[in-house]
Amino acid sequence: MSAIRLQEVTKAWGEARAVDSVSFETAAGRFAVLLGPSGCGKSTTLRLIAGLEQVTAGRVLIAGQDVTSLAPAARRISMVFQSYALFPHLSVAENILFGLKVRGVPAAEQEKRLKRVADLLGIAKLLERKPSQISGGQQQRVALGRAIIAEASVCLMDEPLSNLDAQLRHEMRREIRSLQQELGMTMIYVTHDQTEAMSMADQVVLMKEGRIIQNASPAELYARPVSAFAARFIGTPPMNVVSLPSITGEGLLLGIRPEHIRLDDGRNKGKGVAAQVDAVEYLGADSLVTCRVGAEILTVRLPGQVELKRSSEARLAWDPEAVHLFDAASGLRVERETHTVVLTT
Amino acid sequence: MIRLSAQVHGWLLLLPAMVLLAAFTHYPAAATLLHSFFSTPKGERPAVWVGLDNYQGMVEDPVFWQALTNNLWFALGTIPVSIGLAMLMAVWVNGKLAGRGFLRMAYFTPTVLPMIAVANIWLFFYTPTYGLLEQVTGAFGLPSHNWLGTQNTVLGCLIVVTIWKEAGFFMIFYLAALQAIPPALAEAAAIEGAGRWYFFRRVVFPLLMPTTLFVLINAVINSFRLVEHIIVMTKGGPDNASALLLYYIYEVGFKFWDSAYASTLTVVLLAILASAAIAQFVFLEKRTHYQ
Repeated sequence: MSAIRLQEVTKAWGEARAVDSVSFETAAGRFAVLLGPSGCGKSTTLRLIAGLEQVTAGRVLIAGQDVTSLAPAARRISMVFQSYALFPHLSVAENILFGLKVRGVPAAEQEKRLKRVADLLGIAKLLERKPSQISGGQQQRVALGRAIIAEASVCLMDEPLSNLDAQLRHEMRREIRSLQQELGMTMIYVTHDQTEAMSMADQVVLMKEGRIIQNASPAELYARPVSAFAARFIGTPPMNVVSLPSITGEGLLLGIRPEHIRLDDGRNKGKGVAAQVDAVEYLGADSLVTCRVGAEILTVRLPGQVELKRSSEARLAWDPEAVHLFDAASGLRVERETHTVVLTT
Repeated sequence: MIRLSAQVHGWLLLLPAMVLLAAFTHYPAAATLLHSFFSTPKGERPAVWVGLDNYQGMVEDPVFWQALTNNLWFALGTIPVSIGLAMLMAVWVNGKLAGRGFLRMAYFTPTVLPMIAVANIWLFFYTPTYGLLEQVTGAFGLPSHNWLGTQNTVLGCLIVVTIWKEAGFFMIFYLAALQAIPPALAEAAAIEGAGRWYFFRRVVFPLLMPTTLFVLINAVINSFRLVEHIIVMTKGGPDNASALLLYYIYEVGFKFWDSAYASTLTVVLLAILASAAIAQFVFLEKRTHYQ
């Protein structure tokens, strides 16, 4: 049975449809990420699941029960907000216990659960402090604590890491993931950061303009993007999607990931694609080389440091299996097998 | 040379504000204190040092004690109700409802209207036999009553006017404070299952405490500062039943021309206000959360 199921869920404000007949389901204990650029409706979708917004059409089911018209508290969910939404005048302990106090959980039980959560998150020393007296990362942990102490089976997170610095974000990513697995929660996690989605999720729901573009595992999303949009959204740096009719023929876009392109060493003269080096960006473990092929720009990811001069000539090569093809008009994926294109590599 | 001219420049820029403050705030306050130790100069007789004689006379003055008692009842009657009403109205007009801008404006109107005009409107409400209040009670067959002309109702009538005037003004502060509370807090509380009242009691009310402190101090000062309504509506009567401290000071100073005794009363009024403000800061500060 799926823990969360959305059926044709739509949210409209007047004519504008923030969420447009979205359907997906997530199995219990899975980590699902709603991914997309800002304004794609992912946060609204999360708020519809939480019950903070009312759906215009469609149904929301949690653990098989139709909760579409239930109040947030009756849906048995917990939520972590982007701003953390900690109560500034209450201590860390009171913040975490807020929901238990509302529900009238006995004091001994409160005490026991608070200790467990505080130990789990490593905030036992901060319990008497006010939110303004602790760091952003610690506030994040308190918000997590408030969400998990309720022991709700479903946890919703709205861009919880966007206010943290890169180092801390990386750390919290792993921590949230392991917490979710340890507690066996079903997680719906909203982010615009594809790295977060790829590294944490069991299932990624990629959205654009209120609709689902692709609902798949991270590996599937990486290996078989269903459209040029999905291809360009995933990967650091994302896939090159370019128009090179000399290679693909008319009406098709060529997609190739930067890490799948290599420099031809020149032994096979006349092979590969002639390119001009525009810029080289050295990142340590690898380098990003920006190349110009005709009017198109391709990014190439090469290991280590690369000795290439600006404006010098280079020949790019790749394996035929690494090539993705997209329809130039619709942007949709076109299977290679159905196209007998000679790929000059 | 450059340093010196910069200093002169600075002092010159400060001068207008300093002159105004010194002439209209600091000097009068110091002079008042000084005058309270002298007799009132009359014609040929200049003021002479009398020490604490004025204070002695004040303690023996029954009208002073009545004005002070009236003022305490007046403060007790106006402050809690106007603050409570202000909070209630602010929470109401902060919600999503139709015509909310109009409602906010309507609540604020009493503050914008000149005090004298307000007093005149209410004077008509309270007028015996044909005033608005009389017409309403008369329609229910109740006997006629002179609201402002009776000792045991006159103070109550003034309290109602003041609440009506102050609550809208205080509401603006509460409204501003409410809008500074992030909506995510209400959402987080809703997910945790907190009802509206629980959320108000545990979260909104404590977060409004800095505003409450500010409003409370203002309300206390206002309740000891009221004079216009009394001049227009009752002139302190009947038999000093509606005389408040500042009105009594005005009477002593500008009707009886006893400036020394008026100074003495003023010093007492200032002392009361200062200690009230300090007490509020000391007791409430600890229980107030500032963001």
